[in-house]
Amino acid sequence: MSVKISVQNLTLMYSDGVESLHDVSIDIIANAVNVLFGPAGGGKSTLLRALNRLNDLADVDTAQGKIVFNEQNILDPATDVIELRRKVGMVFSRPAPLPLSVYENVIYGLRLMGERNKSLLDERVEQSLRQAVLWDEVYDRLNDPGTSLSGGQQQRLCIARVLALEPEVIMLDEPTSALDPVSTAKIEGMLATLKERLTIILVPHNVQQAARTADYAGFFLQGRLVEYAPGKELFLKPREKETQDYVTGRFG
Amino acid sequence: MENSEAARTSRRNALLGVNLLRLITLLTALPVIGVIVYIIVRGAPALSWEFISAMPREGMRAGGILPAIMGTFYLTLGTAVFSVPLGVAAGIYIAEYAPDNRVTRLVRIAIINLAGIPSVVYGLFGLGLFVLFLKFGTSILAASLTLSIMTLPVIISTTEEALRQVPNAFRVVSTSLGATRWQTIKRITLPQALPGVITGVILGLERAAGETAPIMFTGAAFFLPLLPQSPLDATMALPYHIFVISTSVPGMPVEIQYGTVLVLLIFVLGMNVIATLIRNRARARRQW
Repeated sequence: MSVKISVQNLTLMYSDGVESLHDVSIDIIANAVNVLFGPAGGGKSTLLRALNRLNDLADVDTAQGKIVFNEQNILDPATDVIELRRKVGMVFSRPAPLPLSVYENVIYGLRLMGERNKSLLDERVEQSLRQAVLWDEVYDRLNDPGTSLSGGQQQRLCIARVLALEPEVIMLDEPTSALDPVSTAKIEGMLATLKERLTIILVPHNVQQAARTADYAGFFLQGRLVEYAPGKELFLKPREKETQDYVTGRFG
Repeated sequence: MENSEAARTSRRNALLGVNLLRLITLLTALPVIGVIVYIIVRGAPALSWEFISAMPREGMRAGGILPAIMGTFYLTLGTAVFSVPLGVAAGIYIAEYAPDNRVTRLVRIAIINLAGIPSVVYGLFGLGLFVLFLKFGTSILAASLTLSIMTLPVIISTTEEALRQVPNAFRVVSTSLGATRWQTIKRITLPQALPGVITGVILGLERAAGETAPIMFTGAAFFLPLLPQSPLDATMALPYHIFVISTSVPGMPVEIQYGTVLVLLIFVLGMNVIATLIRNRARARRQW
């Protein structure tokens, strides 16, 4: 097991001075499903958005700490954030296809890089849609608007869109919260395959999903990382009382 | 029993209220419809191919109004050339780049107030700045620039508004896929906002096309025997022509006056209809 991203003593604040994350240290393990879970407002999404510097769009400041990815502190102002975001992709909780065709949605990131080679783009579209287990459902309507797909299909389209950039890490922020059980199962199944090639960080939308999918799991409560351990360990014999109370449904 | 009686009364009152509102709405539309119908009825007899394609004759009491039509066309075009790029660029900056601070708010308030300034003030400002100080003379150039300043606030605010209506999720998603801010604007935000922008542009230009006061001192002529040859020439224009033939030419045939008004009305309403069509089509195709 090797560490893909190392978060070290990270404290994040909103511009009004309220702390969002407090002194969080966590090692994201390569080629595994790393689950970050806990009640709402615990700082999971803020952490995800720190890992690809999407917090730059919001009023969140780093108070202290480091995030080391490929031997670089990505919080360093000199970081090439465009390059970073290509390597650390993100899937959001609400499926959000861009107002473009299915095809153009998938290659959006490549277009931004200036890729024009039609056969490469075609190939990447099919490959990404196959990896996202969507190809069989949409291969004959690649030119339809992305929004014409069902909710579950839209979310897999959003995953394909990230995969098309061949990232090293894919982060999913409650990707199935708006989806039905069948679509949810498809996406969870896909994660098991994807982790052979890349690193997955998942914020699940409930404890059951956390337990089902986690190779490693971190429990977040009010901006602190309470406990971080291999999935089985954390769910079967949690060290901390807060973790135990939450996973057994005593609060949350 | 009493209960259902009360219910019936309140239902009757509600119905009465709705019908009253309906009547008031109809009454407000009535003057507009009245003006349009009246002008069509009075002006239509004057319309002919000659009327819109010939030069005026006999001291404008006969012949056509071609120079006024062409003049209004040139002025509208000139206004578009200056105000559209500037206005859209400023709208993009304010909506997508400007930090939300005191300076931005001040600029936004200034723009809104600019839209409320009486048009004759623009005319005098244009006279001072473009005609006299920059020495453009009374010309299409000076009048177009004056109309541009008047049109800018409309274009800036509608562009800004159209961009703000595009869901923020698109910007976040686009950024997360490695887009720069400008790439997001170029590929997603601006195309999505474009129908709104175009509608604003047309409505702004439509107002410019119908204005008299801003061009009176800056580019419009009482009468010219020739069509303008360059942007530095003065020009006749429909709104000013209407002013002239209804106040300053004795023995003016009434149907020519109404005919000219009708042509201007068609010009302006035509632009309005185009704007509405663009907006409706875009709304039907919108995916969010």
